[in-house]
Amino acid sequence: MTPPLAELDKVEVDYPRGRALGPFSLAVSAGEIVALVGPSGCGKSTAMRLLAGLEQPTRGVVHRGAAAGETAVVFQAPTLMPWATARANVALPLEMAGVDRRTARARADAALARVKLAGAEAAKPAQLSGGMAMRVSLARALVTDPQLLLLDEPFAALDEITRRALGEDVQALWAASRAAIVFVTHNVEEACYMAGRVVVMSPGPGRFAGETLVEGPLPRPPGFRTTAAFREACEHVSAHLAHAMQAAA
Amino acid sequence: MTRLAYRLAPFALIVLLLIIWEAACRLLDVPVFLLPAPSQIAVAAWLNAPMLIGAALNTLSMAILAFVLASLIAFAVALLISTNPLAERAVQPLAVGLQVTPIMAVAPLAVIWAGLDHPGRAVVGLAAIVAFFPIFSGALTGLKSADPDLERLFDLYGAKPMDRLFRLRLPSAVPFLLEGLKVAAGLALIGAVVAEFVARSGLSRGLAWRLMEASNRLETDKTFAALLVLVLMGVGLNALMQVGERAALRWWRGR
Repeated sequence: MTPPLAELDKVEVDYPRGRALGPFSLAVSAGEIVALVGPSGCGKSTAMRLLAGLEQPTRGVVHRGAAAGETAVVFQAPTLMPWATARANVALPLEMAGVDRRTARARADAALARVKLAGAEAAKPAQLSGGMAMRVSLARALVTDPQLLLLDEPFAALDEITRRALGEDVQALWAASRAAIVFVTHNVEEACYMAGRVVVMSPGPGRFAGETLVEGPLPRPPGFRTTAAFREACEHVSAHLAHAMQAAA
Repeated sequence: MTRLAYRLAPFALIVLLLIIWEAACRLLDVPVFLLPAPSQIAVAAWLNAPMLIGAALNTLSMAILAFVLASLIAFAVALLISTNPLAERAVQPLAVGLQVTPIMAVAPLAVIWAGLDHPGRAVVGLAAIVAFFPIFSGALTGLKSADPDLERLFDLYGAKPMDRLFRLRLPSAVPFLLEGLKVAAGLALIGAVVAEFVARSGLSRGLAWRLMEASNRLETDKTFAALLVLVLMGVGLNALMQVGERAALRWWRGR
């Protein structure tokens, strides 16, 4: 068995106002899509920052097979530089890594084309719709060809139609790149649709509260939402969540 | 309501007030030294135009010099302390102290230090003190206003301190800095005029001095004419800064 790409090993994170996470363990293998589901404030985003190496655990160990440059993060908000064009925003991680400006911009244009934003290279964030801005954010994450892609409630602020379209796009991009994806959401259906494995976290401080393997191929075929496998997975995840909430109450 | 009416409303009010003023002066036969009619002020402004414009330019150039000085110093200080919480904590009370001290109270000292032969220097220094705070505070707030998630991304990319400064913090500061500069430009002009009053020296050759001179001689129409030039200069400067700010923001944001 190959070692996991990234692993949280019994990590705990304490903030001045109390425990934010843990003890919590999670192993992410190369090329898989894992969804993290849990109520607000359970420490999902903290777990993401640990996986990204942006934060250190108070106790426990974080193993990161993917080097810093091979991890990319997408936040709930597009988090773009408002003064910079889409192209400059996407080229940023490359330029920071020392890639020369021309090559970086050319690769940024290619990444924008991959998220269906060819033609919007020179637009600034204020000129884009919410969905388009999120695509720019996605392109910025993909431009470095990361091995590990961390998506922290990336579609939470979008309308249902846009979020479904973006979900399809993320799966298509995953099929092309086979980067491991950790996907945080509090939407059970979205988790089961997007991920092959759904990990449920208990209310804060978050702990492991159950795991569901979603049967069926990835990317999802048309009509997957109507299959028995999808419904069973959703019910299973919901049961884990309900149990975790009850235990906490 | 039409667009035209909307545009013209402020001018219409001014014209109306001027008509009432003119009529009142004529009907009540108010002496000129007490309250000149608008027409008399206009005549005084016309007759003294070269002198008034020259004085206005002197005041304006002192204000601009003060504005530039204040901008450079305030921005440099903000930049130096923005990365160091300890330095910021140390500087903040001094900056606030500078802001809350009435300029009139410092003026006599400034006049002494600048030398009685150089009241212009005192005026520039005092106006710069007044203009300092909005720029300092805007730059400091702006330099710390970067989106925390963008800061995290820069961490993730392993950004060097200079990259973070030039690619994230300085561009993030632009809207705050523009607002500070706009406020400071108006204050620099007010500061220059107030400082001229306090310096009480004709050597500064500014508009405030002409205003005082005229009022001491009971040439009230000329006093009003100087006041009119002062108001026009302030309004013009304000409009200029407003347009500049808007254009810069449009460029920054892309719309």
